[in-house]
Amino acid sequence: MVEARSLSARGGRILLYAILIAFAAFYLTPLIVVILNSFRSFQEITQTSVLGFPKEFRLDNWVQAWGSYCIAGICSGISPYMWNSLLIAVPATLISTLLGAMNGYLLSLWRFRGAGLIFGIITFGVFLPAQMKLVPWAITLRDLGLSNTLAGLVLIHVVQGMSFTTLFCRNYYVNVPQDLIKAAKVDGAGFLQIFWRIILPLSPPILIVTVIWQFTGIWNEFLYGITFSEGSARPVTAALMALSANIAQAREYGIESASVLIAALPTLLVYLFGGKYFVRGLTAGAVK
Amino acid sequence: MSALSVEKLRVRFGSVEVLKSVDLAIESGEFIVLVGPSGCGKSTLLNVIAGLEQATEGRIEIGGREVTGVPPKDRDIAMVFQTYALYPAMTVRGNITFGMECRGVPKAEQKEAVARVAKLLQIEHLLDRRPGQLSGGQRQRVAMGRALVRDPVLFLFDEPLSNLDAKLRVEMRMEIKRLHQRIGTTMVYVTHDQVEAMTLATRIAVMNGGVIQQFADPQTIYDQPANLFVARFMGSPPMNAIPARLAASGSEIAAMVGPDAATAVPLPNATAAMKDWVGREVVLGIRPECITLPDGEQPGKPAASLPATVEMIEPTGAETMALIRVGQSEIMARMRPDARPAVGSVASFALDTAKACLFDPKTESRIA
Ligand SMILES: Nc1ncnc2c1ncn2[C@@H]1O[C@H](COP(=O)(O)OP(=O)(O)OP(=O)(O)O)[C@@H](O)[C@H]1O
Ligand SMILES: [Mg+2]
Repeated sequence: MVEARSLSARGGRILLYAILIAFAAFYLTPLIVVILNSFRSFQEITQTSVLGFPKEFRLDNWVQAWGSYCIAGICSGISPYMWNSLLIAVPATLISTLLGAMNGYLLSLWRFRGAGLIFGIITFGVFLPAQMKLVPWAITLRDLGLSNTLAGLVLIHVVQGMSFTTLFCRNYYVNVPQDLIKAAKVDGAGFLQIFWRIILPLSPPILIVTVIWQFTGIWNEFLYGITFSEGSARPVTAALMALSANIAQAREYGIESASVLIAALPTLLVYLFGGKYFVRGLTAGAVK
Repeated sequence: MSALSVEKLRVRFGSVEVLKSVDLAIESGEFIVLVGPSGCGKSTLLNVIAGLEQATEGRIEIGGREVTGVPPKDRDIAMVFQTYALYPAMTVRGNITFGMECRGVPKAEQKEAVARVAKLLQIEHLLDRRPGQLSGGQRQRVAMGRALVRDPVLFLFDEPLSNLDAKLRVEMRMEIKRLHQRIGTTMVYVTHDQVEAMTLATRIAVMNGGVIQQFADPQTIYDQPANLFVARFMGSPPMNAIPARLAASGSEIAAMVGPDAATAVPLPNATAAMKDWVGREVVLGIRPECITLPDGEQPGKPAASLPATVEMIEPTGAETMALIRVGQSEIMARMRPDARPAVGSVASFALDTAKACLFDPKTESRIA
């Protein structure tokens, strides 16, 4: 009896793993194809097919993709666009996180009349589709003289991102006891002093979450990037689009693959190093 | 000098009136305890005094200075919170010095103040730890330290001991009392523990429903409660409230209790106020310790005899409590530790009526 049950339990296990492995393979296949192609030469791919194991591991696709391949007439590879993306993502992430933390602190711990309404309006942004805001942003950027600039994209991502960062931070700070604020007021601390000295030091778990969320979101953002930038001011996602839209010549699958992988590397690294803090931060309470 | 004066204070949250015309006048050096059931507005009153909450109406003076519109930091107060509210990311030292940093006290002076307070509260070895690394009792001490370092006109304590276990609570209670005797600063202390109130206070303010029911010294509160609420709230077990009818024979006045008001409980200290109530319904208030078995009675004390059914006895070691029944009323009696009346039997209990109170059954105020 016992034997039979453990046997059937083991059978169930094996089936479970088989299914999981099958799904994993299904999802990972495109990634593996891209990785393999990034090491295969142009001739090799065109002579056989896009599916195949590299005859030898060559790095020249990576070198070209990084520094010399021509994208829309500019032969500099994707490295300048990587730099653009970084110049957009880093400030936008930091500023939107800081503003979100401030908003969250104000909305949760300094309960004033209308705080709930303001919170509702800010977080409403989470649910607005990006397409809907294209035209308003186009007008705003034009009027501010920021069309086709990195600063314009930073502004867009700061404002859009604030909905998320405010939501995250407010929900984290509502668990901070109100008495902490009262004690600090009796001690004579002001609004900003309480934020810097008492609340911010409690915040790393949620700040890690918002930074990871914002950075990956902004880095991977495509619609605003392609709409509000041209030429050398493009972020890397828009550059990749231009690269694969090169219809004048035969498709360089190897170089395209390497470019995609390079462009995905920063968010991949963020995920590898920050992933566990992300999960931990989402489940953490503010004060034990 | 008056340390704190509160006049006609009202606080309304939306449509709810949490404090309804509160008046308090506190002399310098007093230890005032605010007691009352949960939700009666004790914390609200403390927060308004501290300036953390706005009064709807009324006037507050601290140290003779009107403080309406003065922010908490400039009211010359220090406060200890029920949750302690220690800053989690700072060390104990940081917690204690934070207020001084905000007020721009010179570093050397800060150091001296920390040393003084740490010594007083015996927390010197904890100064470099964070609140998360402290036990409940230690956190409580740090919270006290943060208040003490300020040297204010007025200390405000909001149930500082309610998160401690019973033993530690008794220890800290004594320590707070000793501290007050030593530094002599005026204190306003909120609790809903009536033992804390009786032992610590120079005067007790009993609150209920946003109104101060009585403000007097502990003995007066205990012996002459202003109304049935105070009588029941202070004392454990509470004062017995027995429906009775007043009767007079000559100059003697007695409360008739039990079935058909057949048992006479003579009241020795008849006052003029009582005479008006002769022939009317009243509530007789008697503390459990004034009801004993006759053999425990001390000679010379005026005693009435009350036959009652013993429903239950609870020996606690130091004393034996008995729940007895007279007609419809259940009464608690506090007896000698070896008293063991048989449960279910009818025994004759001795009543010491020297401290008995009478209440108006309608308004619940004390008549005499
Ligand atoms: N900000 C507020 N808004 C609305 N109602 C409030 C607010 N603060 C307190 N109250 C209400 O006021 C009443 C008194 O609250 P308070 O905290 O002063 O009671 P308390 O006597 O300290 O009780 P406890 O012993 O439980 O601490 C409660 O009924 C509470 O619900
Ligand atoms: Mg309270």
